[in-house]
Amino acid sequence: MRFKSLSVVTVIFTVLLACHGTVIAAERITLSSKCPPSFEKLENGLCELRSLYEFYNSPAGFGGLKTPLPEHQGGYSAEQIDLGRYLFFDPLLSGDKTKACSSCHQPGKGFSDGLARSVGIDNEVLERSAPSLWNVGFLKSLFWDGRAKSLQEQAKGPLFEKKEMNNTIENLEFSLNKNKTYRALFNIAYPESRTISVNEVSHALAAFQSSLVSLNSRYDRYAHGDQEALTEQERIGHTVFRSFAARCSQCHTPPLFTNQQLAVTAAPEPEGKEFDVGAEKISGQASLRGAFKVPTLRNITLSAPFMHSGALADLESVISFYNNERGHAVADQELQLHWHLVNPRLNEDDEFALLAFLKTLEDETTLPRVPEVLPSGLLLKEAPMYTAQSIP
Amino acid sequence: MNTTKSVIYSFMLFNILNICSINAAEILVNDGELIQDAIRKAGKGDTIKVMPGTYKETLYIDKENVTLSGVIIKGRRPLLDGENTRNDGILASGHGVVIENFQIQHYKANGIMTQGANNFIIRNNIVIGTSVYGIFPQFGKNGLVSHNIVSKVEDAAIYVGMCDNVDIVYNETYNSVMGIETENSHDVLVEGNFMHDNAVGFVASLVPGLPIKTAKNTIVRNNFIVNNNIDNFAPPGAIAAGLPSGVGAFIFAADEARFEGNIITNNVSAGIVFADHASLGASAPPDPAMDPRPDKAQVLKNVFVNNGLGPKDDIAALLEAAGIKKGPDVLSTGKGRKNCIQERSTITEAGTERWSECDADVTTVNVRSYRLEKPIESKALTLEQKGRITYLSVCTGCHTYATTIIGPPIAAVQATYKGKPEELVKYIKKPVKKWPGYPEMPPQDYLPDDVLLETAKYILELKP
Ligand code: HEC
Ligand code: HEC
Ligand code: HEC
Repeated sequence: MRFKSLSVVTVIFTVLLACHGTVIAAERITLSSKCPPSFEKLENGLCELRSLYEFYNSPAGFGGLKTPLPEHQGGYSAEQIDLGRYLFFDPLLSGDKTKACSSCHQPGKGFSDGLARSVGIDNEVLERSAPSLWNVGFLKSLFWDGRAKSLQEQAKGPLFEKKEMNNTIENLEFSLNKNKTYRALFNIAYPESRTISVNEVSHALAAFQSSLVSLNSRYDRYAHGDQEALTEQERIGHTVFRSFAARCSQCHTPPLFTNQQLAVTAAPEPEGKEFDVGAEKISGQASLRGAFKVPTLRNITLSAPFMHSGALADLESVISFYNNERGHAVADQELQLHWHLVNPRLNEDDEFALLAFLKTLEDETTLPRVPEVLPSGLLLKEAPMYTAQSIP
Repeated sequence: MNTTKSVIYSFMLFNILNICSINAAEILVNDGELIQDAIRKAGKGDTIKVMPGTYKETLYIDKENVTLSGVIIKGRRPLLDGENTRNDGILASGHGVVIENFQIQHYKANGIMTQGANNFIIRNNIVIGTSVYGIFPQFGKNGLVSHNIVSKVEDAAIYVGMCDNVDIVYNETYNSVMGIETENSHDVLVEGNFMHDNAVGFVASLVPGLPIKTAKNTIVRNNFIVNNNIDNFAPPGAIAAGLPSGVGAFIFAADEARFEGNIITNNVSAGIVFADHASLGASAPPDPAMDPRPDKAQVLKNVFVNNGLGPKDDIAALLEAAGIKKGPDVLSTGKGRKNCIQERSTITEAGTERWSECDADVTTVNVRSYRLEKPIESKALTLEQKGRITYLSVCTGCHTYATTIIGPPIAAVQATYKGKPEELVKYIKKPVKKWPGYPEMPPQDYLPDDVLLETAKYILELKP
């Protein structure tokens, strides 16, 4: 409780650390005591999401324009969120100190990585593509197959997965506890914990990720009542999106553009990759063979290529995929396709309008700042980390 | 009264009307014009009157309390024609929408669909030959679907999905795969409808894989459920394709279906069928978050005549396996709990061994309607709360107190607008370029004035 009353705690530290030939000089790292944009700091010091969707009340709250959002998993302090930001970008978290969460979830690429399938430690190609993390704080199940139930549980996946970050609990805790800056920062964010454990790490990562909210797109302005926020073509596209011909909104349900259910769409695999059974593996249910969690479409323009293994290069390909016979892309499997998949037989104008509508879901106003310097002193190899946008 | 005075008076009167927002306008649409243009112009509370004629459009209504009303002249009503190329007839997301007096035909998907709209009314429409649903309110509370005539629909003619507190009354549905269906809904009254010559007359279902995980309390009362024997012509893949034809009413895992006072006759497979998720060609994967069994059903006093005379599809197979020739009035195929039948001795049954006799005094007549006494209001937030939420949710993406992220710092805004919240509102409704080197600020005029004023006051009081 010592630090509770301090508004900004500055930790001054000096690192002289060689990394990829770069030497980083003395740097001050602080944890912000301000909640991120769109969050309100409550009396108890915790940050709570505010959104115009709070104006609405509907039953259970699914679908339509003026409907509330599902519950946002918050309850983190500003300092925990900011600590999570440092951790998220820090390759110190991986076994060989080359991969950070941000290697595969890059802020400049819609928190994905621009790859069909992510590349892990030792350049190994993973089974699936990196999902966007926008609005991940609303999700009740995580991963393409929905196997993790909370962000905290989820984070332990990539950290200790051999192919991803290949760390061990012992090594992670050891390297963080050894680092003076991290010790000080964790002390601010978690004054009650004496040493750094994996639990605080996953908690802070969850805190940061829960702050990645995107709810101020042009679509949202339209939903809140600004008729002019969308062009005529986009409005038509919106109506195609929610039409019962295309039925996109039946699964990609607003305001999150996901209903968070599993669905079998029979999206193709890339050439030569074997069929991914999806949620069948974790549930043991044949009817869920090839089922994946419906992904959000917020900021979808930023995270190509698409689908669980990135087989569809662009949104045009996704639209052609849906505007076709159900199941056409996976011929050799017995699948129980979702009943909302039907060939909508959209004409070309409708296809273009739909594409135009998907582009209205872009909003990065709350894009977090990429730390210029990390507590570990390490640098990331991935250039996109230091995009023009992220330099303050 | 001199002119100046009367101008002032009428101005005042106008303002009063404005404040009370009873200045609802009527917008007339004539044959040859676009209905969507009128919807675009309409404000809250307006009524759009559409003259008889043919309109080839897909309409969408994303505003509150708009009434879309056909004008019927000597039996001629406005016709919305999808020509089998347009997707849906009418899509409405605004609360309080009223859609009445249209003929809607030949759309590729639905005739009328609401999405997330509360307090809806859909009445006196004729819907013919739409490929998925005729009338489909989805995700809404407090609605009325009445006096519609719906036919030739490849799924449910009237489909109420994931809704609460809806009355479906006095409709006629025929020549469709299902006459009326309620799905994952609660507190629905289905009364006085004529459901005939469909594959299945009435269905109450709990469909797996949807975000609403229960279906509860449907009163089915005083309906005519007759002759529902046409072949199931739902497209393959649709859940409806798994339904056996010849069934008066089909309860698929939904709880508390209560039947009273219906006339259920001449349905060749069975009168009422109760099924769980595991039985009968369920074409959706089971959902572990759902109870797959139909529980607490009550079959009270109804008139059953001539049902089950020639069972078809899955029902035929099922009965044959059990060595039963004639379809029963009430058939239960799955396990359900706490189900009962009144005056049990008067009807034929199968699979209902574990059902009990309902108490003699059980009746639904005390429920006159499931609609709410008053429309659901928008959430009761104070203006102060709305102002604060607006600042935090919209403005903080670009403005912070002391530093520049995208827009100028609030501290600078405070210096300029101190004591002048109205000026601030004026600016944010129509921002003008002011700060060199800054991008443009998007206008905020989509939010109501009172909310913006409260936002302005909040900003001017904001502390570092
Ligand atoms: C090597 C690339 C890689 C790294 C490093 C990585 N991820 Fe991921 N991430 C992925 C992939 C691939 C998936 C999808 C895996 C699946 O669904 O099976 C994923 C999924 C996720 C999800 C689930 C999102 C959703 O919508 O379900 C979250 C949250 C997430 N990662 C957070 C993190 C965090 C936090 C870290 C750092 C501790 C991290 N990731 C590191 C590649 C990576
Ligand atoms: C039956 C539910 C369902 C319907 C209907 C549906 N989707 Fe999807 N959508 C999914 C699922 C599940 C995935 C993930 C599939 C996979 O990766 O194998 C997905 C993936 C996507 C993606 C890729 C997202 C990403 O991050 O890679 C886009 C874009 C998309 N859908 C757009 C649409 C559009 C546009 C429509 C309407 C034409 C539509 N969807 C209709 C369930 C649905
Ligand atoms: C997308 C970013 C963005 C959002 C969201 C935004 N603003 Fe602005 N705001 C700006 C920019 C940029 C300027 C400077 C515009 C200029 O000078 O051309 C500005 C200017 C202003 C000014 C004028 C300052 C002056 O010197 O006269 C006020 C007042 C203001 N904003 C209030 C608000 C309020 C209140 C909200 C929320 C309802 C809001 N802004 C939302 C970016 C934004």
